[in-house]
Amino acid sequence: MSEEKTITIEVDGQTLEAKPGALLIDVTDAAGIDIPRFCYHNKLSVAASCRMCLVEVEKVPKPIPACATQVTDGMKVQTRSPVALAAQKGTMEFLLINHPLDCPICDQGGECELQDVAMGYGSDVSRFVEGKRVVPQTDVGPLIATDMTRCIHCTRCVRFGDEIAGMRELGATGRGEHMTIGTYIAHSVDSELSGNVIDLCPVGALTSKPFRYRARAWELTRRDGVAPHDSVGSNIQIHVRRNRVMRVHPRENEAVNEVWISDRDRFSYEGLYSDDRLTRPLIKKNGAWAEASWEDALEAAARGLRSVAAADADQIGTLVSPTATLEELYLAQKITRGLGSANIDHRLRQSDFRSEGPAFPWLGQSIAELEKVDAALLIGSNVRKDQPLLAHRLRKASLKGAEVHFVNPLGLDLHFDANQVVSDLAGMVHNLAGIAKAAGGSKVLAGRVSVSDEHKAIAKKLKSAGSATILLGNLAQSHPDYSILYGLASSIAESTGAALGILPAAANTIGAALAGAVPKYGAGARPAEKTGLNARTMLESPRKGYLLLGLEPGLDCANPALAKQALAGAECVVALTAYRSPSLEETADVMLPIGAFAETSGTFVNAEGAWQGFGGAVAPLGEARPGWKVLRVLGNLMDLKGFDYLSSEEVRDELQQACAGARPENDLDNTTDGEIQASAGKLMRIGEVPIYAADALVRRAAALQETKDARDAAVARANATVAGKAGVGDGDTVAVVQGGQRAKLVLRVDARVPDGCVWVAAGVPGSESLGDQFGEISLEKV
Amino acid sequence: MKVLTDYFRSLFLLELLKGLQLTGRYLFAKKFTIQYPEERAPLSPRFRGLHAQRRYENGEERCIACKLCEATCPALAITIEAEPREDGSRRTTRYEIDLFKCIFCGYCEESCPVDAIVESHVYEYCFENKGENIMTKEKLLANGDKHEAQIAKDLEAQAPYR
Repeated sequence: MSEEKTITIEVDGQTLEAKPGALLIDVTDAAGIDIPRFCYHNKLSVAASCRMCLVEVEKVPKPIPACATQVTDGMKVQTRSPVALAAQKGTMEFLLINHPLDCPICDQGGECELQDVAMGYGSDVSRFVEGKRVVPQTDVGPLIATDMTRCIHCTRCVRFGDEIAGMRELGATGRGEHMTIGTYIAHSVDSELSGNVIDLCPVGALTSKPFRYRARAWELTRRDGVAPHDSVGSNIQIHVRRNRVMRVHPRENEAVNEVWISDRDRFSYEGLYSDDRLTRPLIKKNGAWAEASWEDALEAAARGLRSVAAADADQIGTLVSPTATLEELYLAQKITRGLGSANIDHRLRQSDFRSEGPAFPWLGQSIAELEKVDAALLIGSNVRKDQPLLAHRLRKASLKGAEVHFVNPLGLDLHFDANQVVSDLAGMVHNLAGIAKAAGGSKVLAGRVSVSDEHKAIAKKLKSAGSATILLGNLAQSHPDYSILYGLASSIAESTGAALGILPAAANTIGAALAGAVPKYGAGARPAEKTGLNARTMLESPRKGYLLLGLEPGLDCANPALAKQALAGAECVVALTAYRSPSLEETADVMLPIGAFAETSGTFVNAEGAWQGFGGAVAPLGEARPGWKVLRVLGNLMDLKGFDYLSSEEVRDELQQACAGARPENDLDNTTDGEIQASAGKLMRIGEVPIYAADALVRRAAALQETKDARDAAVARANATVAGKAGVGDGDTVAVVQGGQRAKLVLRVDARVPDGCVWVAAGVPGSESLGDQFGEISLEKV
Repeated sequence: MKVLTDYFRSLFLLELLKGLQLTGRYLFAKKFTIQYPEERAPLSPRFRGLHAQRRYENGEERCIACKLCEATCPALAITIEAEPREDGSRRTTRYEIDLFKCIFCGYCEESCPVDAIVESHVYEYCFENKGENIMTKEKLLANGDKHEAQIAKDLEAQAPYR
């Protein structure tokens, strides 16, 4: 198979080496010879429908399309011969017959492939005087604007939906001149990767709706960045005009995001300019917020924390968001440990801390390796919504024949074939224990579990597969029995030889572990001198002083009610935040405005452990300052040593030294065989964090909040049995009650939710007052 | 000999008379001077004065926020911000020309695909306060409305040459 034989072809007199069977257009692209094209895209299948890439090949009577021609030895190609040029000019004339000349009002103007190719290969005057075709406007949702009159029928968007997004949402109907691209049945395009069709569309038929008419391609400065919402760390390009982020585009990186980005990464920039951005430092005086100068606010923050620490350093607790940059996380832990406390944690949504977890967790493999697995077992993961581009890799693997199994507390809508084992929270543990027992390794729960045929089949497949992986997702990490699930997963991995991996929830979850933002480990994932309280215990036994970095306590914590109660009772709460979040207004004492995504330089460590640095694309809004600078000055004001950094790179370099030799490792020596916390007989809440509620920025992105995914999150879901027991039906308003707190929601009867469970999203408005993400809940008819 | 001719020339004030001859010619010739502001010099249809924005006959503003004028302006005097109007059409929310920066080259007028931005015949204006140098969209449209007849006439006169 690994024949490295190459053949020789000649293009425009230039001799090129190529692999046999390669497409001519790929060979010329690699050699830098430009052949015009519209329908060809190297990530999509070949359609050869636009005919723009016609070239002349010796001994072939007619010009042939370079995108659908395989190279053969000794082939002689002319891309600019009179025959080729005439063919290209003819094609161009036909393409322009029905294309409107509305470039001045078209958003694609200035970055349009049709414009460019028409300039290079087309004629200067149109001979067409007849009427042009007009296609009625369609609305395909809040993210994509359509002008289908401009469509040239390259079908890239259709093939994208089919081959990449896995949802046939766009399709071609009609023939010839009457062919139109649209949604088959009038509805919106809802894929979590749908924004990529905007980049794929060579003309202005599909453009970005939030960006519509707001700027021109030539006005924008392009700055490199890293996407801040999931642990893929997609490489992006931030397009900036007059110190304002105008839009976000993907940047090609085969190892990480290929050429795609998720909609969440593409459209979340809107959240930067929401009305509740914090632009000036605020101090609470007699219960009312007052604007203050940076000097006063920093002085108040330092004084408050220092006075708590002076009395008892253990009374300081630091909660950090895993979406913060590596530099911010490192400085936050340095301040906390400098004050003598070890209470710092970033695992805000985790509720089971019975086993501490690995010091330096990771995906267990590189992102690119995910598409090469033969079998995968995903535990508690809605990977498609939580890490869309990792789901894309798994989909590729599945299309190549890999078996993917899910053990989940809810049924998923997936875009690839997978076996889903759905049960309630306690059932999940039992199912996994069954698989572990079938795999033959586990002592955990072994005596109390029955093994079904399905468990055996999964275990057998994991064992027999050439390369298998077991992944713990976001739902598992917030599961009340995460320790047991983890232990079971690692014992399955051990007995089947599969790679054990974690699907980190946030952009910098791995970075937070490396920076030492955990109670047990310091910088570089080395055991800390002193072990402190974790995110849960820090709130259960309230501290007197809290330092909060980048989080909204009502929306980012596993138990918002508990978090708000603990913070409200504290003497001093200092919050570094980009937003004036209502739960911070209630509980904090000082709010220091920091730069959000794109406004600060920093580093994210993605799921595979790759450090990806980025510079600030724009200056922070108003008087906000990059978080690392605020923490540095806070360190200075508290007279802590080693806070003399002049740049974020200095912070990173210091941490990098501490991380020398740190190797990612998911295996644990001690597996827990504790009691199952999730009660089997009672109604339990499935507090999934919906895709567009993942962090503060995306929660404020207006267009994303209008998508179907976001609208679907604002309801409670239960199956017909559970709903029947509570005496409610589909569409009724119900009150969900948790620990005395109520929230009114519309109930949807949804067969995907298992018995004994109610799906009530976390991180969305209305959920701030509720309790545990995965706790007991009751439904009441209103 | 030369001394002699020079002597007679200076004696009869020959050079003075030569000069007076020219003065005398102009004294009776047709006068160029115009009595500004009562009288005004004629302006070419291509005259580039104060900017104006035009409307269609139905009152709709012509500008479609394509931003070509902003891109072509060599003095970077034009600032445009745009977004979809309520009816979904592409419109400017801010269109400003800084007259301190403008060099009246007319490129904006030339680049406009819909003849929206033009330079009118108005050249008599002054600024008394800071900020008056900024021609806002309102001022531009007002100027256009006031001089539409003249502007339309000029554009028609130029049409064969464009």
